[in-house]
Amino acid sequence: MYKEICEKYTPEKDNLLYILHDIQDHHPQHYIPEEAVQVVAEYLNIPTNHIYGVLTFYTMYSTKPRGKNIIRLCESPPCYIKGSTNILRKLKMLLGVNTGETTKDGMFTLELCACLGVCGNAPVMMINEDVYGDLTEEKVEEIIDKIRRGNQ
Amino acid sequence: MSLKRIDLLICCGSGCISAGSLKVKERFQEVLADKGISSEVNIIETGCMGPCDYGPVLVIYPEGVFYKSVKPEDVEEIVTEHFLKGRPVQRLMLREEERLVSSQKEVPFYRKQVKVALANCGFINPESMEEYIATGGYEALGTVLTTMNPQQVIDVVKASGLRGRGGGGFPTHIKWQLVHDVESDEKYIICNGDEGDPGAFMDRSVLEGDPHRVIEGMMIGAYAIGATKGFFYIRAEYPLAIKRIRNAIKQAKEAGLMGENIFGSNFSFEAEVRTGAGAFVCGEETALIQSIQGERGNPTPKPPYPAVKGLWNKPTVVNNVETFANIPTIFLRGAEWFASMGTETSKGTKVFALTGDVNNTGLVEVPMGITLRELIFDVGGGMANGHEFKAVQLGGPSGGCLTREHLDVPVDYETLKERGAMMGSGGVIVMNDQKCMVNVAKFFIGFCVDESCGKCSPCRIGLKHMYNILDRITRGEGKEGDLEELQHLGETISRLSLCGLGQTAPNPVLSTIRYFREEYESHIRDHSCQTKVCTDLFHFMIDKNRCIGCSLCARKCPVSCISGSRDEKYTISQTECIKCGNCQDVCPVKAIDRIPGMHPDVLKQLQEKQNISIEE
Repeated sequence: MYKEICEKYTPEKDNLLYILHDIQDHHPQHYIPEEAVQVVAEYLNIPTNHIYGVLTFYTMYSTKPRGKNIIRLCESPPCYIKGSTNILRKLKMLLGVNTGETTKDGMFTLELCACLGVCGNAPVMMINEDVYGDLTEEKVEEIIDKIRRGNQ
Repeated sequence: MSLKRIDLLICCGSGCISAGSLKVKERFQEVLADKGISSEVNIIETGCMGPCDYGPVLVIYPEGVFYKSVKPEDVEEIVTEHFLKGRPVQRLMLREEERLVSSQKEVPFYRKQVKVALANCGFINPESMEEYIATGGYEALGTVLTTMNPQQVIDVVKASGLRGRGGGGFPTHIKWQLVHDVESDEKYIICNGDEGDPGAFMDRSVLEGDPHRVIEGMMIGAYAIGATKGFFYIRAEYPLAIKRIRNAIKQAKEAGLMGENIFGSNFSFEAEVRTGAGAFVCGEETALIQSIQGERGNPTPKPPYPAVKGLWNKPTVVNNVETFANIPTIFLRGAEWFASMGTETSKGTKVFALTGDVNNTGLVEVPMGITLRELIFDVGGGMANGHEFKAVQLGGPSGGCLTREHLDVPVDYETLKERGAMMGSGGVIVMNDQKCMVNVAKFFIGFCVDESCGKCSPCRIGLKHMYNILDRITRGEGKEGDLEELQHLGETISRLSLCGLGQTAPNPVLSTIRYFREEYESHIRDHSCQTKVCTDLFHFMIDKNRCIGCSLCARKCPVSCISGSRDEKYTISQTECIKCGNCQDVCPVKAIDRIPGMHPDVLKQLQEKQNISIEE
């Protein structure tokens, strides 16, 4: 499977970031496992330590298995000023996890992220590729509920 | 194509989408189909219209009626009342001091704005190249390629006085001239769309709202410097911007506006999109180049500058999204027109992202040299919820805080720099009197500690050290001499860091010490946070006169530190309190207050602890 993803790209080093994105997006647990790194290293003919260097540098890659839905709450100043800490507390309570952790049912991973550029509607979070703005504690509860129900 | 009676513009920028504009659009499609008038109304998804706070927003032509905060439930009424009976729905329109604002042009938010880079944002469908061409799109490129030589192009940009909009404010023509003058078999042009500054979202809005404009600007630049290959480096956090630019490149190629011998000239050009993977430092040009090459985004020392040795060691120009977005209009309307706006050293307009405690958050474009007062109070509509203005953070984590006394300062590159702030990419974070400046400074430094790439030690170790001192101060453990230490560290880090991130990261601390010294001092000497933000430096008190003894607070306290009875009323045991605030939230008679300052019991305990550790 990893080999096929690699072959979508020419074997040049500047494609590394894309290949890693692609592998992570296609993995059911949204992470980049060790076997994948080996395959990419062989394909691009670069050492594995280079790949791990890149992998751990960028915050969007994960070397740990993650949930089906990735919640990324913006932790930058405009959201902070508008009360993102309350939203974080609410999310932790609703999901029963800390930041960086995945719920037991594998449904959600809670992460913090840098500015999402939707500061006009702060506080903001992104779940997978969808952005949710003007968050309140009630709104967060609704959103999480809806995803939970949708997944059943 | 049938002629439509009504044009319905729905803002589908990320801000309005996050507020639910896509659902509103779907509802319109349903209702219009129900009433059988789908063929009479043209629904257009536009890019960001600007006033994100009012989202989702709609504009309906021919009248130009502006509706705000539209919910799917409101759609039926708009269709039956406005579309069928011709009576605009007044309750969804903006009111200004009891007067109804009848069209978009009259909305106070737009009055002082002059749109150049944002001219088409919120006005055309960003997924249609035809609409861009209808507004004069690609005309500038055509003129440039068929009637001008590269040096003439650079001269026009020079005459316009355009400076880089990404933060540094480096004159665009100098970058172009440098690369133009270098002999090389290959040259590259890069559009920097790695907008990481917290509180800035103009690049996202331009890429999403008017992608062809950025492409046209880049191609004019490519022709001027002699590049045949361009890259759009866009943050992976902006999936919609990536999609729109990819789509626009595809359309331009299909129409022959990109590819071989464009407009019958000798100029050939290809562009592609590269995405980041979450690293703030990649907005720095040398780090960005590393990232495109498939490396860690570590900045490299300058010189050599990218203009000499950039992407794959070839001469490279890196320009910001907004810089490119200004280029086509400069050629269409003339350099003199552009240079007639702004101040002596800063020409043209600048896009700002207004955020924080201001009424109208959103994206605005104003002439350079506007005062902060006009920007915050006229365009931004003043402070939200009746609070007082306290400070404004300009330029994100690299910028500085300015205060009330700077409200009449004109906004341009030099003036801001002199006062310890900077233009940056144009993020304007407005703060009210409820904000603690020490806490804000700690927050910004915390951001830079996280985002430091770790390559050079002043930034990696120095910033962490500054963070630790600030953290101590906010916990009530500040010492005399801490402020001097912070200033000393800050100045050293600024001088010795390799790239812009480290060089500017201490700015928020240095500027807040400069303008809010007494606030730091009260944290250190009086163990008190006057704004009641730093949890260790205020305490909760139950007012016995107001307390009705209901015991709700005692039952809700997670650490059981509230005791009392109906007769005696309740008291908080201060040394055990964790300041969660539950008691204050649940009190039915609001008898619990936040009192600035550490409680004497807690202070005594802290001092005992410190004495023990000193003796040890």
